[in-house]
Amino acid sequence: MTVYEPPVSIYGPVTDWATDFDHADPAYNRNAHAIWSELREACPVAHSDRYGGTWLPVTHETVREIAYDTENFTSRAVVVSTVVPDDPAPIGGAPPITSDPPFHHDARRLLLPPFSPKKIAEWEGEVRILCHSLLDAMEAKIAAGEPVDAALDYAQHIPVNVISRMLGFPLEDDDIFRGFVHDILESINGEPEERIRSFERIDAYLLAQIEDHRANPRDDLTSYLMDVEMYGEKLPDNMVGGVILLLLVAGIDTTWSAIGSSIWHLATHDEDRRRLVADPSLMTTAIEEFLRAYAPVTMARLVAKDHDFHGCPMKKDEWVLLPFPAANLDPAEFADADKVLIDRQENRHAAFGLGIHRCLGSNLARLELRVAVEEFIARFPEFVLDGTVDDVVWSVGQIRGPRELPIRVIRS
Amino acid sequence: MRIHVDAEKCQGHNRCYALAPELFDVDDFGNAVVIGDGNVSPDLVERAKLAVANCPEFAITLSE
Repeated sequence: MTVYEPPVSIYGPVTDWATDFDHADPAYNRNAHAIWSELREACPVAHSDRYGGTWLPVTHETVREIAYDTENFTSRAVVVSTVVPDDPAPIGGAPPITSDPPFHHDARRLLLPPFSPKKIAEWEGEVRILCHSLLDAMEAKIAAGEPVDAALDYAQHIPVNVISRMLGFPLEDDDIFRGFVHDILESINGEPEERIRSFERIDAYLLAQIEDHRANPRDDLTSYLMDVEMYGEKLPDNMVGGVILLLLVAGIDTTWSAIGSSIWHLATHDEDRRRLVADPSLMTTAIEEFLRAYAPVTMARLVAKDHDFHGCPMKKDEWVLLPFPAANLDPAEFADADKVLIDRQENRHAAFGLGIHRCLGSNLARLELRVAVEEFIARFPEFVLDGTVDDVVWSVGQIRGPRELPIRVIRS
Repeated sequence: MRIHVDAEKCQGHNRCYALAPELFDVDDFGNAVVIGDGNVSPDLVERAKLAVANCPEFAITLSE
């Protein structure tokens, strides 16, 4: 039942994390907290020759500085891989996440209203119903004596279902969408030709969906994007497709990872789980703390021009990873940074990024994460990992979360 | 005390709106706006401080 096959790397295993790191090496996400901690002590910005040159800042200060600096760093490409897309700035291939100012501001404003907190709150009932049906299916498996997996049977289904419904895409295509996400975000260190072919497959699927919506317009985000105007004109199909690609990719395994990591924590920390079950008023601070400690998303930039950054000679077109999860664990910014405190009151975490590219879907992600955790522990107050921590399979690449999370539900 | 949101810094994380809805609202784009004239009654000062301490963009200030 493995859903994840590690891509065949053209680089080989990492030999040294400070000088040869590779976030697509399976050891990276599994040991991320220890690797970031070590690097933070050794140097604030690591470098690797992989992917044509990649920098890795690990302190809150350096990550924040780059996130705010749209002059020296471009968002033209945001997924480090063996292929640098040739979509030019300031629009990029998946606007507005791949866009730079000033275009970014105007493209983002088209998308902000449907993702505002009040609009997203309307989805709470549907998310809850979805969680109930997934939990019912898990109960049936348990009753039949079958093993259950909190990532495969639960977390991975929630965001893909919601974003498919928002976009008006076929719900039964969820495996295809998870395949796209895997191709884009995990198969990053393989042969460039294969990556280009996977982009072509995705483009063809999205164009077919756009054609279907042109023939049958409906009340969903896809039709909204095809109808909305920017600078007095409708968006060209390739921009509609780019925006949909962003929503589909960014909306799926990010939240899936956050839900999975939160359940992983509760499966491995009995005291926190029991405290949260006994006192649901802790849920708000607990969710923010899970987002801080297990933030799933590392973004990336390309260096826009040669410049010196904290003593690092950054060259145009080198990659820069922006590990917001590492920033969230920096003891210079957070007291007890390495401890998970589910009642942490002051929590200025950067799980959804910093600056103009703040995650557009943060309100939806928070809603899905909170409802998913609430419903899970309401149904299964007592559960542990089925096996050891080594039986948990973590993703590779810029999105960090459990892809296989076998659990054992304990009935009293 | 008075609460203030720097509209240039606010990126719409909505932490303040979640923590202190008596003091903050959000517009159609999800950006924070202070309710009323920004005066914070004594019983809401702790909430206001929480909003300041949880804004990822350092966009909120509380002043005498």
